Amino acid sequence: MTIRLTKDIKYIENKCKKVRKLIIDSLYKAKSGHTGGSLSSVEIVTTIFTAFLRFDPDDPFKRERDKFILSKGHAAPVLYVNLALNGFFNIFELNTLRFNNTRLQGHPSREKLPCIDASTGSLGQGFSIAVGYALADKIDKLDYYTYVVLGDGEIQEGQIWEAAMSASHYKLDNIIAFLDHNKLQIDGEIKNVMNVLPIKEKFEAFGWDVIEIDGHNISEMIKAIERAFNIKEKPHLIVAHTIKGKGVDFIENKVKWHGIAPNKEEYYNAIKQLGDI
Amino acid sequence: MKPIPTRLAYGQTLVKLGREFDNIIVMDADLSNSTQTSLFAKEFPDRFINVGIAEQNLMGVASGLALSGKVVFASSFAIFATGRTWEQIRNSIAYMNLNVKIAATHSGLSVGPDGASHQALEDLALMRVIPNMVVLSPADVYQTEKAIYAAYRYNGPVYIRLGRAPYPIVTTPDMDFEIGKDIILKEGRDGTIFATGLTVGEALKAAEVLEEKGFNPRVVNIASIKPLDKELILKCAKETGFFITVEEHQRIGGMGSAIAEFIVEIYPIPIKIMGIDDSFGETGTPDFLLKKYRIDSESIVEEYLSFIKKIKVGE
Repeated sequence: MTIRLTKDIKYIENKCKKVRKLIIDSLYKAKSGHTGGSLSSVEIVTTIFTAFLRFDPDDPFKRERDKFILSKGHAAPVLYVNLALNGFFNIFELNTLRFNNTRLQGHPSREKLPCIDASTGSLGQGFSIAVGYALADKIDKLDYYTYVVLGDGEIQEGQIWEAAMSASHYKLDNIIAFLDHNKLQIDGEIKNVMNVLPIKEKFEAFGWDVIEIDGHNISEMIKAIERAFNIKEKPHLIVAHTIKGKGVDFIENKVKWHGIAPNKEEYYNAIKQLGDI
Repeated sequence: MKPIPTRLAYGQTLVKLGREFDNIIVMDADLSNSTQTSLFAKEFPDRFINVGIAEQNLMGVASGLALSGKVVFASSFAIFATGRTWEQIRNSIAYMNLNVKIAATHSGLSVGPDGASHQALEDLALMRVIPNMVVLSPADVYQTEKAIYAAYRYNGPVYIRLGRAPYPIVTTPDMDFEIGKDIILKEGRDGTIFATGLTVGEALKAAEVLEEKGFNPRVVNIASIKPLDKELILKCAKETGFFITVEEHQRIGGMGSAIAEFIVEIYPIPIKIMGIDDSFGETGTPDFLLKKYRIDSESIVEEYLSFIKKIKVGE
């Protein structure tokens, strides 16, 4: 089975609503997990999966494919929901998130769920793995892309900068990285905990092609990726300005919602706010 | 034959592998002339990747290459290849059971004059504790070549411990090598001396001296530290009265620990674990350091004699 990709903005917007509801639903049933950072990256991940990612759910290890790595692995629900909606497994399996014996581990595990391109969760490591994937495609002269999603707190890790340096050194224009720039981390605001700003200038100094977009705007997202396809010899970073917890008013921009799941009351409130699909 | 550093055999074997197999990629972190991966780089520049002094990225990029079907040999000094990158090895490589072979040179005290900061005395413990990881510690250049081939053929992560100093030749080219299978280098009946890497030569020298004194030690070369050759170790426990283990590594967590952990469960016998006794190394020549830290042949003889006496008088 090959997935039909579409750049229909209305369709993707509607799908994002569905993704948000399924994230909230699975986190509520799991009773734990990372709500804020899952919701902030919905448009990023859903746009990649719906409009760009060339893959076959029936043959996930096919050498000729695009790769997707959620380097901010704690946002696992947004990945699981997209995998389910794209036919990798039945959507009802989302109800097993974080349960005993589940394939949907707290952080993505390739051992349990082999269709994912990398086990992640320890911050910084997915970025280096993406460099390895992209380098292998260059060595084998395969024309495929490696998409990788980073958190803005994650780029405090030293390994990020080792990986960034190597990606531009090897001219890996087949990497498209996204920074889910929601400005918050577990202990507070990024700029107060450990300031990583300015991000664009830092990555540019490391030899990257960087643009900034509204991370909840599908049309900007599509244009940014298409633009990256046409810029050669440099890896690409799309700094996506997002709102942590986007879509649910009492979760939006709240530090405490980094690593908790909604209770019953919050769950019904959130589902109501997310509206009809 | 004169002693030869095992890292030389590593470099030469990589070139042979490179000629035979297209899917091999060799990586280094700015130490290619020391680790000898430069030999491969010279012949196969398109399949050699130097990430610079960035070991965490070394392991991560190796993972991505392995996920793309490559068999990756990633090299650095043992201290950096295992210590600085431990969590990358655990979470990126071993957790996904990837085909990354970490071939680390400059292990142990015998790094010599560079001193303690560069003498990995903990690498076996660090690698052995990680699930999915195979740990090999060859004793000479012949065994190194075979271990590198075995690592290439094995599907999953492997750590290979190599050295800078010349290692005496203790095996022959026609001896078999298999992961999880080890060999008796000298038959004997009263106790078994287990050694690995550079200390195998010391153990054999010690055995000669002990024979002259009327004792009859067995010497076993443990090249496969994980998995262990349990059958062979159990056989030695049943046929000889005690074990002496000797390694160029901390007494805590290395080959001796591995043997003790296994044998204590099914056939407990007295074991003397010889190694670095919970301390750092220092600058010096390999011979001087092996002697000072009591893992040379003379120390093995002394420990063997005093251990036999202790066991006999039940102290």
